[in-house]
Amino acid sequence: MIAESGHYALVLALALALIQSTVPILGARWRDPALMNVARATALAQLLFVAASFAALVALYIVSDFSVVNVYENSHSTKPLLYKITGVWGNHEGSMLLWVSILALFGGLVAAFGNNLPLSLRAYVLAVQGWVASAFYLFILITSNPFLRIASPPIEGRDLNPVLQDIGLAVHPPMLYLGYVGFSISFSFAVAALLEGRIDAAWARWVRPWTLVAWIFLTLGIAMGSYWAYYELGWGGWWFWDPVENASLMPWLAGTALLHSAVVMEKRNALKVWTILLSILTFSLSLLGTFLVRSGVLTSVHAFATDPTRGVFILLILCVFIGGSLSLYAWRASALKQGGLFAPISREGALVLNNLFLTAACATVFIGTLYPLALEVLTGDKISVGAPFFNLTFGPLFLPLMIAVPFGPLLAWKRGDLLGAAQRLTAAGIAALLAVAMLWAWTRGGNAFAPLAIGLAVFVIAGALTDLAERTGLFRVPFATATRRARGLPRATWGSAFAHAGVGVALIGIVCETTWNSEYIATMRSDDVAKIAGYELKLDGVTQRPGPNFREMQAQFTVSLDGRRLGEMTPSKRNFTARASSTTEAALLTRGASQLYISLGETTADGAIAVRIYHKPMVLLIWWGPMLMAFGGLLSVSDRRLRVGAPKPAKALRGLQAAE
Amino acid sequence: MTRKQRRLTMIGGSLAVLAVAAALVLNAMRDSIVFFSTPTMLAEKPVVAGKRFRLGGLVQPGSLVRGDNLAVTFQVADGSAALPVSFKGILPDLFREGQGVVAEGALDAAGVFKADTVLAKHDETYMPKEVADALKKQGHWKDDYGAKPAYDAKPAAATQGASQAKQGVSQ
Repeated sequence: MIAESGHYALVLALALALIQSTVPILGARWRDPALMNVARATALAQLLFVAASFAALVALYIVSDFSVVNVYENSHSTKPLLYKITGVWGNHEGSMLLWVSILALFGGLVAAFGNNLPLSLRAYVLAVQGWVASAFYLFILITSNPFLRIASPPIEGRDLNPVLQDIGLAVHPPMLYLGYVGFSISFSFAVAALLEGRIDAAWARWVRPWTLVAWIFLTLGIAMGSYWAYYELGWGGWWFWDPVENASLMPWLAGTALLHSAVVMEKRNALKVWTILLSILTFSLSLLGTFLVRSGVLTSVHAFATDPTRGVFILLILCVFIGGSLSLYAWRASALKQGGLFAPISREGALVLNNLFLTAACATVFIGTLYPLALEVLTGDKISVGAPFFNLTFGPLFLPLMIAVPFGPLLAWKRGDLLGAAQRLTAAGIAALLAVAMLWAWTRGGNAFAPLAIGLAVFVIAGALTDLAERTGLFRVPFATATRRARGLPRATWGSAFAHAGVGVALIGIVCETTWNSEYIATMRSDDVAKIAGYELKLDGVTQRPGPNFREMQAQFTVSLDGRRLGEMTPSKRNFTARASSTTEAALLTRGASQLYISLGETTADGAIAVRIYHKPMVLLIWWGPMLMAFGGLLSVSDRRLRVGAPKPAKALRGLQAAE
Repeated sequence: MTRKQRRLTMIGGSLAVLAVAAALVLNAMRDSIVFFSTPTMLAEKPVVAGKRFRLGGLVQPGSLVRGDNLAVTFQVADGSAALPVSFKGILPDLFREGQGVVAEGALDAAGVFKADTVLAKHDETYMPKEVADALKKQGHWKDDYGAKPAYDAKPAAATQGASQAKQGVSQ
């Protein structure tokens, strides 16, 4: 019964989405407030039904109803409750259901909190959301129904892929989807603006918080996925330039560009057409990511060709939405009036530069990800485009961007003073040079690249602090005045300072980890001692023990530094009986921002065990950086300016709304 | 600056960045792309010693020899041809004889493939995609490599996890 209700609720959600995608548009065309307000009601009802459908699937997983194909294939009765629930989105059908649920959630939020939007704009926005939702409901119902039954139910399920049974991966997909799907809002706003043929600074003020929220989740989602890969896959890598990762990085880069161009549009009413284009591109890249991961085209072009239903369906959705929105853009963008002029050296100019580099970097990732696929389809040649390609393209493009970051906030709007900004950055520059010199002396001329890159990161961090110091007048006015000014600064200013500093922090982590990472690989027996980066790790012994749905072999290590005992580390190897597969559970010992990392290999015939030990200096900064960025984003969202004071141009329509 | 000059500066700057990006991409395409090959393809079209490529195939059953200090040698085969591979380090969890494998490295003068990375990059059916495609092309694909128990409902294709399981080792 639960499965059938869930299925039914999903069909009803589709029906509501279809109404939502047509009636409000007619209402907006005919200036009929009653019809326009249908959007609000259907968006909320749609959220209710899709949430019910999702809850039904979760319930099926919790009770382990193996008469449902999806549950049978991805669950097991002995699996811990947490992983029964998270297993819901550990597979294709369930994750698509999560995708549409989040889409409906964002639509519902716009419907519930968009009371200060002009009525027609809200109607258009929700209608566009309705189109996207309808397409994906159809996709789920036709090709990926999670509620299908098995005629003769098996007794036990096939279990979830063990590497996915992990708390990091339990939280990672919902975060990532909140980011991906969150960009649908700015997409809908952009298409609505094109349909209405009207766009102003107030539009940007409405779009910016939604984009920021999506960006925060995407940032955290990517960071979490990277940390998961680091500790779960057992070889200490944290970014692989894998197409699945690139699929999430591309919307992030475009979304970051969008955040910055929306600032220009909000403050200076310039870059309108470009901001609209970026909104469309960002969500298009999110759709592309969904296509890459969900169509099976990455697993095998061959598989894609032999069972093309899903892939072709998503490809169709992709073409309709990207092609449609870009055509609409080409047709209507010229109708949007150009706004504020600015000199090349100005805050606007700096933000344009940021956009240029971010989109160019995004394009190189796009080429590196799709070129091998295209080549394989066209010529049959198989190539792999890996880290070397991205290091040679993405890296050099990020370098000038990083140099420019501290200058941006110090330049004035409209016409900036580059020399003045450079003067104010003197302290930051000196700090960077000092860092380079100290590192150079410390490494005694080892790798020249690493000190320079860290110097750049210090420059970015010091630059962010300089911006705050300049604005509060720190060191120039009495301290009390400075703190009072600091309290008075808009939160968005604090937000951008934190976010920019976060980029620098992450860069330090990346450089330290890749340059001074040391590793020790050997076979060890009990009481053997491994020495790495000054630490001594003694293997005390190996024990076998059972877990809820696996057996594990656990090794105990005692870690000491200069003869002082620091603690124990217990890496393990788990064997999952249901899938006859094993995972490596690495053990981590954190010292400040650095980590010791142990993962186990196979045991040899004579009882010794293969061990991989890494010392990763400053590795945690790689994830603290994105957390700082997300925190900056959060501060920016909480800026009251984004909620009050947005001009309300449509007085007449608001009057009509009251008659609802 | 006049309006026209400003616009020209903007356009010029944009084109410059795009040109730099294009140059970087083309340069990287030339140097850092790694081709994939199998023992059969190598027999037809040899690769010079020292050039990096990815070798894919099945680990020949019975060929795995573990030496001292984590050194291993094994043969990678794809039906009609086989190639000896040597590697030093820890093999991935799912490395097994008779299963698919992808190794990255280069041939040495003696014709042995010196791998510095052994990847076992799998979907849920535990077969690297390049290997599966190559075997299918040559007709060596057996359905039981990726077989799932049959059940009578409208079946779906092999489901992918939320993320593909990525595993591998580097030396």
